[in-house]
Amino acid sequence: MQTKKTLLLACCGLFLGIALLSMRHRPAPTAVPDRLSAYGFFAGNIADQRPAEGVVPYRLNTPLFSDYAEKLRFVKLPAGQVARYNATEVMDFPVGTTIIKTFYFPTDFRDATKGRRLMETRLLVRNEAGWKALEYVWNDDQTDAVLEVAGDRKTVAYTDAEGRKHEQEYVMPNLNQCKSCHNRNEVMTPIGPSARQLNGLLDYGQAAENQLTAWQKRGLLTDLPDLASVPRAPVWNDPTTGTLTDRARIWLDINCAHCHRPEGPAGTSGLNLSVHEKSPAALGILKTPVAAGRGSGNRRYDIVPGHPDQSILLYRLESTDPGVMMPEVSRKVTHREGVALVREWIQSLD
Amino acid sequence: MHNVLIINQLFSLVMNSRLWYIPCLLLLAAPAVAQPAMQKKIQTDLIMVEDGATVDLPAGTFSLASSLSLQDKKNVTIRGAGVGKTVLSFKGQTEGAEGLRVTNGTNITIENMTLQDSKGDLIKTMNVDGITFRNLLVEWTGEPKTTNGSYGLYPVQCQNVQILSCTAVGASDAGIYVGQSRQIVVQHCTAWHNVAGIEIENSIGADVSENHAYENTGGILVFDLPDLVQKKGGQVRVFNNLVEHNNLDNFAPKGNIVARVPAGTGMMILATNDVEIFNNQIIDNKSLGTGIISYFITEEPIRDSLYNPYPTNIAIHDNTYSRLPGYPTRKGRMGLMFRFKLRFGKNVPDIIWDGITDDKAPAGQRTVCLKNNKNATFANIDAAHNFKAISRNAAPYTCDLPPVAGK
Repeated sequence: MQTKKTLLLACCGLFLGIALLSMRHRPAPTAVPDRLSAYGFFAGNIADQRPAEGVVPYRLNTPLFSDYAEKLRFVKLPAGQVARYNATEVMDFPVGTTIIKTFYFPTDFRDATKGRRLMETRLLVRNEAGWKALEYVWNDDQTDAVLEVAGDRKTVAYTDAEGRKHEQEYVMPNLNQCKSCHNRNEVMTPIGPSARQLNGLLDYGQAAENQLTAWQKRGLLTDLPDLASVPRAPVWNDPTTGTLTDRARIWLDINCAHCHRPEGPAGTSGLNLSVHEKSPAALGILKTPVAAGRGSGNRRYDIVPGHPDQSILLYRLESTDPGVMMPEVSRKVTHREGVALVREWIQSLD
Repeated sequence: MHNVLIINQLFSLVMNSRLWYIPCLLLLAAPAVAQPAMQKKIQTDLIMVEDGATVDLPAGTFSLASSLSLQDKKNVTIRGAGVGKTVLSFKGQTEGAEGLRVTNGTNITIENMTLQDSKGDLIKTMNVDGITFRNLLVEWTGEPKTTNGSYGLYPVQCQNVQILSCTAVGASDAGIYVGQSRQIVVQHCTAWHNVAGIEIENSIGADVSENHAYENTGGILVFDLPDLVQKKGGQVRVFNNLVEHNNLDNFAPKGNIVARVPAGTGMMILATNDVEIFNNQIIDNKSLGTGIISYFITEEPIRDSLYNPYPTNIAIHDNTYSRLPGYPTRKGRMGLMFRFKLRFGKNVPDIIWDGITDDKAPAGQRTVCLKNNKNATFANIDAAHNFKAISRNAAPYTCDLPPVAGK
């Protein structure tokens, strides 16, 4: 009996040894750092998110809503390389570019000095084969962020801009979920840094500058036409930057049109919420749903002009039921202010 | 407070006796609790799986809080230990609309398991060339209800779709739904307690055969709808199916096209071209044994200039009909039509055509050809002229059409 056991153990050991050896001889796959700090994107304390040399901060005029998380955005181009201007879509970034986006919650939205909690840093890396997404989740000590293929979830607490306290579950995507938004004709694609979204001011330390001209001056962007001819997205919640329609349309564009465009994952619905869409039916006006199921909320059309509460679009934006709500991922609470804007817009239609 | 005391007492009782393992057993037997570790394990496996490999899911009931997803893979199989043995329950789902979502793949197979109670669709697959669903049970448990998800199996914009020996139960839209796809086989499947049992929509080249659709609102539907990316469906064969007792009250949320399907529909062909329906048994569906209708019957406006709202070349032959005398549905717009316009009483024809034709159609083009249907009665309800010239004479429609290629 004893000898049998020993023999068995020896056999197991042998197999394990062979397995380990064969693993050693396998060519190592291209290493993806398992910690964010390994990239060297940030100078000093990584939690301060102070960009290192060559890492450029940017902002969007109207960003995607992500459960009230705030975002820090950076882009790093390979040395000596430039992005090419594109009038309608995201800039054409060179191979070697990394787009960096850190999500955080201020402890108190009214007072930045009370600190913040970094949740996750998402990377979009452009290599020869195309864009690749990576997800790093910040540890509770805020000393580093760790690669998480399957994503994660954490409870977050904060005080909002009106002084109300919130405690909510915050979900960080798995790698497949990245492509549920960053997807054009099944090719991974960035969404934010388009000309119209970048066409605005950012304070680089000394003075506020237009981001596009600042990029051009630094040698990061080529083919930039005269600024007067560059499209400019309004700021969704700043009426001085655009009409009600323009602000509602850009909010729908950044929140919905990555899927709801013919080349996007929701192209099958026939609903296209891109700012470029001109057909009222494709935009949802008196359009019947295709596969909405109970997402229809017993309403007949996506948008009923003048009647937000008869419009499926608004029903799905207001909902937090996973089988009803839109967007389908990356949201667990309702964007109250965004919904109010869309409501006002539908109300104004005739 | 009192409860806490009792629990504490119970706890010490259990821990001090030899019954300490009972709480462990209770934990094992409580699948309603979400299992984040299992969620993470399965999802990680689905992300890391190499092309050509199989992801084996063990036997057990696993309660999942988020959608699972597989994407950008080739020749991958997701395999359970059997229907009823591997059970993925999404009853406590808090994120994602689907149970399982597969996108952008080639030759993907999903087989041998049960999926239950997702908030939206149970399995959605999109942009997959070669998708096989085999031996699956997809169900919403309990009585059929409006809050159930939309589709059990939902391939959309896929090619080479095979749905084999699957069962779909409780969908508030369609149990088995193939949308905007090409080259499709739905065979040996069972669908019951759905609004639509099996639906083929805006799809090209389908064989739907040897299935059993019963106790749905509508058994088998072949639809073409406007405003979609894939415009025109057709080349659909529906044969050797048993379609019976599809008299369930429609429980689809309003706004969806299937919410218009009257209870008591065996088969319905809406605005599709080249459909051949043969050798089916169509039994005791109280309103429309087989309905052939144009999109105008939905009373929705059409603004898609590329859309053809008329059904064309619909062959219905060698089917067996049987229907006990009885009233059709009284509900919905169709119910109103039956009560106040058609007035068939209990003698409802098996095959009903709305009679709406395209004035611009080439001469000689047929909408409907009927032949050798056992026990079948027919009506052209002349909907275009406010039902004025309803005719039960099938003779003008006895004709042959060239066989449909199907898949």
